[in-house]
Amino acid sequence: MATRRVRFTFEGDAVKEPVIYLVGHEFDVVTNIRMADVEHDFGWVVLELDGDHDEIDRALAWVADKGVRIDPVAGDVVES
Amino acid sequence: MTYATCLGCRECAREFPLEALHVCDFCFGPLEVNYDHDGIQSKISRERIESGPRSIWRYIDLLPVDEDFIVDLNVGWTPLLKADRLADRLGMRELWIKNDTCNPSWSFKDRVVAVAASRAKQMGFKTLACASTGNLANSVSAHAARAGMEAIVFIPHDLEAGKVLGSAVYNPTIVSVNGSYDDVNRLCSELADNRHWAFVNINVRPYYAEGSRTLAYEVAEQLGWRAPRQVVAPMASGSLFTKIHKGFQEFQQYGLIEETPVRMIGAQAEGCSPITTAWRNETTNIRPVKPNTIAKSLAIGNPADGYYALKTMKRTDGGSTAVTDPEVVEGIRMLAECEGVFAETAGGVTIAGLRQAIETGQVDPDETTVAFITGGGLKTADAVVEHVTQPIPVEGTLQSFEDAFAEAPEAVGVGG
Repeated sequence: MATRRVRFTFEGDAVKEPVIYLVGHEFDVVTNIRMADVEHDFGWVVLELDGDHDEIDRALAWVADKGVRIDPVAGDVVES
Repeated sequence: MTYATCLGCRECAREFPLEALHVCDFCFGPLEVNYDHDGIQSKISRERIESGPRSIWRYIDLLPVDEDFIVDLNVGWTPLLKADRLADRLGMRELWIKNDTCNPSWSFKDRVVAVAASRAKQMGFKTLACASTGNLANSVSAHAARAGMEAIVFIPHDLEAGKVLGSAVYNPTIVSVNGSYDDVNRLCSELADNRHWAFVNINVRPYYAEGSRTLAYEVAEQLGWRAPRQVVAPMASGSLFTKIHKGFQEFQQYGLIEETPVRMIGAQAEGCSPITTAWRNETTNIRPVKPNTIAKSLAIGNPADGYYALKTMKRTDGGSTAVTDPEVVEGIRMLAECEGVFAETAGGVTIAGLRQAIETGQVDPDETTVAFITGGGLKTADAVVEHVTQPIPVEGTLQSFEDAFAEAPEAVGVGG
């Protein structure tokens, strides 16, 4: 089992889709939201994903295909 | 003995031990170092600071490191230059330049890495790590060498060879990641959880960020124990910006300087300006962007401390600017031509941002202002190489010189 902490950023139509709900249905991954801020056309959600390492990878690839940006919770760590 | 007591969550205020942690286990908010303020207050004084070394370690009472573990490259205590010629050019009364190009690896990153490396040593780490395209890797590699620690540096695979050299000379392990910047971000975030390495801006980030406060301490001391009324500083992650303000606040809190409101004005390049965009849109929700600017050292599309930078601007009646790449080059040239300081592109952003802030009324030209120059120009020489003075070709004869010199209207002494 593995745990991954990530930040989803939604823009445009992606805001309307129940992406996190579907992750729990389509994949053997448990989602646990810790912080979020969602406006009508933009939002972000910080959450923890529990599951098999490969299953989390598959779930995140599916989320990315939905047009959702995925980042580590610490933001960009590649600095100059 | 350090006065650091614990790590505290910036969102929910939960407390954690002084370990290699950076995110609150409960709300995932960022952690920062908490201090015993009464203990500091009882010990600190202007005289005590003035009798300390001419480096950031004169402020050790305010840093999360015990003296025995200092990794010392003589970082900090960089010049604060009164910039009268640049002030004239910009129509300002009193402008100061904090010249952090003078650090050991030629950027302000030495301040944050010095604190991170020292704290990492204190926590028993044998390896310093980072993900970087330049300044940070240079500083981590140099400090690891100085401390006798291992260094491991992750770089994007397409990084120019010249940028690797400034790290490679210190003999770190360099890992070239075949993927996008996002891939490097993800890989390093996972490694920070899985390896017993001190990733300076990930798992030891709370300590790392503390080093930036020394910029404010030095400026206040160098101004004769007073804070400026206005500050212009570049913004990448936003951490430097918030910590400069915190530094001035702390000096006021401890009675080292008078209480003076300091207006904080941020500077970004238009090609990567998520914080300025949010400021202009009057929202604290920062939309990540794909960077596209010559100011590579500020090219963080998803800034970890952007939200806090916005709060700092709002609290200080400050502002935020975004400048084009040609304006960045113009800023570098203005600073070099007027004050003899050759800055990297981030410095060009700061000077161009200062000019924009004056034009838009965000900076009062009659108030004492400090602009922070965070890195040396040779790091980004490519950005200006086609925009600077070109040589006048002559033969080795007096006649050839006189002929050529007479035709060069901008040459020194022509007609004189």
